[in-house]
Amino acid sequence: MIRALRRPVFLIGLAITLALFAVALLSLVWTPFPPARMQIVQRLKAPLEFGLLGTDQFGRDVASMLMVGAWNSLSTSILAVALGATVGTALGVFVAMRRGWLELVVMRGCDIIFAVPPILSAMILGAFIGSGRFTAIISIAVFMVPVFARLSLGAALQIWTRDYVTAATGMGRPKGRITLVHVLPNISNQIIVQVTIQLGLAILTEAGLSFLGLGMPPPTPTWGRMLADSQTFLGQAPWLALLPGLAIALAVLGLNMLGDGLRDLLDPRDNS
Amino acid sequence: MISILVRRILSLIITLLIVSLVIFTVMDLLPGDPAAIMLGTSASPETLAALRTQLGLDQPLPVRYLAWLAGVFRGDLGQSYTYGVPVAGLIAERLSVTLPLALMAIVISVLIAVPLGVQAARRHNGVFDLVAGLFSYVSIAVPAFWVGLLLIIFFSTMLGWMPAGGFPGWDAGLLAGLQALLMPAVALALPQAGVLTRVARAAVLDVMNEDFVRTARAKGLSDGVAVWRHAVPNALVPVVTMLGLQFTFLIAGAVLVENVFNLPGLGRLAYQALSQRDIVVMQDVVLFFSGLVILMNFLVDLAYLAIDPRLRANAQ
Repeated sequence: MIRALRRPVFLIGLAITLALFAVALLSLVWTPFPPARMQIVQRLKAPLEFGLLGTDQFGRDVASMLMVGAWNSLSTSILAVALGATVGTALGVFVAMRRGWLELVVMRGCDIIFAVPPILSAMILGAFIGSGRFTAIISIAVFMVPVFARLSLGAALQIWTRDYVTAATGMGRPKGRITLVHVLPNISNQIIVQVTIQLGLAILTEAGLSFLGLGMPPPTPTWGRMLADSQTFLGQAPWLALLPGLAIALAVLGLNMLGDGLRDLLDPRDNS
Repeated sequence: MISILVRRILSLIITLLIVSLVIFTVMDLLPGDPAAIMLGTSASPETLAALRTQLGLDQPLPVRYLAWLAGVFRGDLGQSYTYGVPVAGLIAERLSVTLPLALMAIVISVLIAVPLGVQAARRHNGVFDLVAGLFSYVSIAVPAFWVGLLLIIFFSTMLGWMPAGGFPGWDAGLLAGLQALLMPAVALALPQAGVLTRVARAAVLDVMNEDFVRTARAKGLSDGVAVWRHAVPNALVPVVTMLGLQFTFLIAGAVLVENVFNLPGLGRLAYQALSQRDIVVMQDVVLFFSGLVILMNFLVDLAYLAIDPRLRANAQ
């Protein structure tokens, strides 16, 4: 903890991430204005001219939309990463336990999934089940599975060579139990760090998807669609393009810094 | 070495075949009848059936897959439902925008990242190192398509120096074409540059403590010459590797950035094909992109093997 306080990267990352979560949660109970309320007389007002951050082309309050956008972006990304990390890690440690042909099949499978960028798989999936939050979550999660499968397989294989695991095997402990008791707890730090970093990537991808109209449908405000809508008013109302992008960048920056900081804290050997 | 190469190529071919099968099957399952989309809602059932036969849609899936695959090998990618032209020509035409765009983005990102990373490593823990670190943090966090919007606001609507989007075609002259691609390429390059700066910095830091760099300095070479002539070429290997691994993100970025700048590229083609249910185009474009990513990873693998004798020994 004392060491944590001396790490500026960790602290800045933590502060930004906490602020982001606070804003997202606050939007569930309070926003300055109802985010969907249109006041055409107040349309395209600059920041501070109306509300804190101005209004969009329908006279909706930008600050309120950004707050709700934070919740939508975070919840989608968290669900996607949670799904991808769970499936990927489970796959990774299972393969590490069994090895053999299964390892080959799963690793090839990872290569194949990795070859299709999430934007493309979301476009394809969207054509099946329609675009929306579910499509975004699944497409992002699918892309995360190989990331976590590779990471946890590599890390788990290392643990399997340790003396205490050999000892446990020698004592006749079943492999599944060894995985649960020895392997998973020992690779959890690496997984946690990766979750933080992948959350940032998920937010970027989600923003890209909603920018293309493949995310949550209107009128639900998302940062990506706010950016897409702003394109028509770049000359008249540049803040409409500035603010959602800033929100995305800040959120990703915070999560990346938090991830890096956590990596330093949790693994002092890896201080490059 | 030869046997490893043969094994890697075989595995590459198998991966590509599996990917093509998956893509074909998934696309085939898409709801919506291409014949109905081409002819509209007013077409009679007989005309629809005739068109389906003509397109080969009445054949079973394995037959259609093999026919498609055979076509891919011949360079015949089928006919676009909506454009009514051969897909191969369509892809080639769009590639004349996307390929230069991607290349420009790679060049720009390397031009930013390598000097920045090298300088940061030389001034390790100094002010410049901190600034380079901040740059890479921020540039990794910003979405490429947002950078595109900011560039349009600043250079097109405010200053009026650059076109806000669109592509005049290469017939309008090399300069006009490059000018139209400059801002999109910068937008694509910036996030890449952030990642590459980190890699370059770490690589140079690693190499700087090696004996050969120390020897070069001891020989009387100046600090700068020793770093640029001896440390940097060695540090470029991880940079090139990272470029290969980041290729998926470059493609994803291109889909978005081409939409921001209204560029008639491959990413935009994929997006349009999907919204128009042009399955043939979609299949070919996704296969093309995926094949490119797989090929890039394969080349990175090979580069590793060629460079590091220890990996060769391992793979035997």
